[in-house]
Amino acid sequence: MVRAAQRNPSANSVSDRIAGKSLTLAALLVAALILWVVVDVLWQGAGRLSWEFVTTAPSDVGRAGGIAPMLVATMLILAVCLAAATPMAIATAIWLAEFAAAGRALRLSLDVLAGMPSIVFGLFGYVFFVHMLGLGFSILAGGLTLACMVLPVVTRACEESLRALPDGYRLGCAALGVSRAATLWRLQLPAAMPGLAVGIVLGIGRALAETAALLYTSGYVDRMPTSFSDSGRALSIHIFDMSMNVPGGDRGAYGTALVLLVMLIGINAVVFAISTWWSETRLEQA
Amino acid sequence: MTSWLASISPPSRRDRWLQWCLRATAWVVGGILLFLLLFLLREAWPVLRDVGLMPLFDDPSWHPTEGRYNLLPMLAGTLYAAVGALLIAAPLGWACAAYAVYFAPRRLAAWLQKLIALAAGIPSVVYGLWGLVVLVPLIAAYQPPGASLIAAVLVLAVMILPTIILLTESALRSVPRELLHGAAALGLGQWGSLRRVVVPAARSGLLAAMVLAAARALGETMAVLMVAGNVVQFPATVWDPIRTLSANIALEMAYAMDHHRAALFASGLVLALLVIALMLMAACLHSPCPARESRRGRWA
Amino acid sequence: MNHYEQLVPLHAQSRPVVMDADSGRRDYIVTRALSMHYGERQVLRDISLQVAAGRITALIGPSGVGKSSLLACVNRLTDMLPGAHVNGELRVGGVDASHAATDVIALRRRVGMIFQKPNPFPLSIWNNLAFPLREHGVRAKSQLTEAITTALQEVGLWGEVKDRLHAAALSLSGGQQQRLCMARALALQPEALLMDEPCSALDPIAVGVVEELIARLRGRYTMLIVTHNLAQARRLADDVALLWPRDGAGELVEQGPAAHLFDSPRAAVTAAYLRSERI
Ligand SMILES: Nc1ncnc2c1ncn2[C@@H]1O[C@H](COP(=O)(O)OP(=O)(O)O)[C@@H](O)[C@H]1O
Ligand SMILES: [Mg+2]
Repeated sequence: MVRAAQRNPSANSVSDRIAGKSLTLAALLVAALILWVVVDVLWQGAGRLSWEFVTTAPSDVGRAGGIAPMLVATMLILAVCLAAATPMAIATAIWLAEFAAAGRALRLSLDVLAGMPSIVFGLFGYVFFVHMLGLGFSILAGGLTLACMVLPVVTRACEESLRALPDGYRLGCAALGVSRAATLWRLQLPAAMPGLAVGIVLGIGRALAETAALLYTSGYVDRMPTSFSDSGRALSIHIFDMSMNVPGGDRGAYGTALVLLVMLIGINAVVFAISTWWSETRLEQA
Repeated sequence: MTSWLASISPPSRRDRWLQWCLRATAWVVGGILLFLLLFLLREAWPVLRDVGLMPLFDDPSWHPTEGRYNLLPMLAGTLYAAVGALLIAAPLGWACAAYAVYFAPRRLAAWLQKLIALAAGIPSVVYGLWGLVVLVPLIAAYQPPGASLIAAVLVLAVMILPTIILLTESALRSVPRELLHGAAALGLGQWGSLRRVVVPAARSGLLAAMVLAAARALGETMAVLMVAGNVVQFPATVWDPIRTLSANIALEMAYAMDHHRAALFASGLVLALLVIALMLMAACLHSPCPARESRRGRWA
Repeated sequence: MNHYEQLVPLHAQSRPVVMDADSGRRDYIVTRALSMHYGERQVLRDISLQVAAGRITALIGPSGVGKSSLLACVNRLTDMLPGAHVNGELRVGGVDASHAATDVIALRRRVGMIFQKPNPFPLSIWNNLAFPLREHGVRAKSQLTEAITTALQEVGLWGEVKDRLHAAALSLSGGQQQRLCMARALALQPEALLMDEPCSALDPIAVGVVEELIARLRGRYTMLIVTHNLAQARRLADDVALLWPRDGAGELVEQGPAAHLFDSPRAAVTAAYLRSERI
């Protein structure tokens, strides 16, 4: 390794030292920038945070009160998104990993889709889900738009985790006359579960973080949603609206940003715990 | 006397079913991209049909309600912001990735990794908030109005840094160890092996990281919308406000009608095509899928 | 059409016709003019192999000649290998098995396979056997218990694992894992076993145990065993078949009773191969 070369004093040691110093400096700068953003959110958000903040409705266009309706709307949008995206992503991942020997076109189309700007998904969702399917500005339309957006990410992560399994599972099961359906359901999916969870968490992260794709699909309304066909304001949209359109809304925006960050981190932890548990029990009872 | 095993229907029928369902789903998922582009084109069609393609680029200005549809200033804003962000983030990101992979003490590298993973998950609207509340006033203190091209560039740069670093790290990690051992044996120092061995070996991965980050910067809406000032103009200096294509869509979609609306879809289409070009480039840079190779003969 | 009807009844007391090896030779596995490609590349050419019922046939040949590939043809595992395609005729237990419409699930249940590297599933010992049994319709707890106990006893693993049936199979030693894999195959009451260098990943003591087990199963199953080890072939095999590469593809140069083939090989390459191996 390069690391080993460190001990040989040589003619290179001067350039090594300069390079080492400047790379360290760059890394420090990057870490400082990231910490700046994170600490800024923590610092300014912490003052706003309280139990009341997450359990009450906003008042005075968000300057006072809490974010309960946005939390609920965000969760509902996320639920729609996952309900639509997860099965499709896993099915496509199985297809790619187990059945499609080449699948080049499909992979390429997924990669391109993964890079599409979210505002483009927003336009698509606005035309297709909101108008064409007649869902209107609704949690359903927003969730489905997000589902299209996270599909490629989740699919590719799931595909990787299925591919990483030993071939002995497939071939061993086949040699025992176990159907592929049973092999997948009893053995491969449980064994790949931690990897699938990574994919799903990636998707959740994307979905929770998304704003632009929701502007014209799930809408702005900050009332508590009562059904999936209600319009609902996601947390990210609330941050945007508070900071841009409400004078003096910064504090509320920071509080919301902090809640969003905590949710992102918390959901990661929970999903990993669940997936570990699931894969263990599943393999136990195969 | 029956066998234990004789009483089931052939499971192969179940497999055919499964395969059929999977294939159908895969087709649907693969069709989304095509579907999306078709819809953009369909909605953009009125303006392309009645006004034509060229006015989108050589009308005197962007006054869509008065029938003037010049997208160029916003296209320029988009490109300036993305390229500027890349110029800052790419060297910084490469250096940080190289440090994390080759120079950092193990514990520190692990911490850096966590921090960068955290940063990669921060919503763009939060970066925008930080830019709006922290960065823009700083810039305004130096050179008003503050909301400007430079603000957009800086926020985008911070935002795409984690992407660049994560992708670059994985490219660096994929350089075979034997190459490094060889370089060390030749007496190349750390810097020497990095420059002469690692970078050439990982070049396509490094470029792909940049292309993907560029795509992300080009398409970003919220962070830019919040800090760029959103004035439709060719910026004369970096302190001038700009408006990007994506911000324009987010700003005007709410009230756009008829040809104005179609022009917004046309600008979405332009954005989509730009990103497709970049993604195809990234796909070409990547060597053929290694996972597929390793499947061969593993069972024998 | 339900291929299970063509199966010999498989209950333990009614071990099938394939047993009476001395009442005249019956071939359980027969290939005729079988050839195989991976993509464009031919790996097997014109293989006409007969595997006698109830006997142990050793398949020998240099590595890379296509022995594993030939085994995969017999239980149609080739269907699972990307790019693999097979031409020619294959009959297993008197049934044509070379059709696209062949019920491969039924075929694979009749023909068990043991891999070179032990491949227990990441399940408990019990579930390693119970999972395939359940998939083949054995649901009742009592039947499962009986089948699993019998299979583990058959491979001599019962005494070693009966107190920890719910421990992870991957916690067993290599030799135990391989015997577990054999038990897993035997629990389905197959008629034949295909074994791909079943001892090559094991330590010498485990090799002894597994070889003993194979010898003990002689007469009860038709066995086709790939081996690199000529001494092992001598110890175990009733019949021997030699694959040899020509123009990059394996051909069957000689097959026959082990005694004949080892003592008076007909083909020149066989003699040379046996000689070179002895040195
Ligand atoms: N899945 C596969 N795809 C392509 N080629 C393969 C595959 N498996 C084996 N081969 C090739 O086919 C030839 C025969 O392999 P194999 O049957 O494993 O030989 P043996 O078992 O006699 O060592 C080898 O040259 C090997 O490289
Ligand atoms: Mg082999």
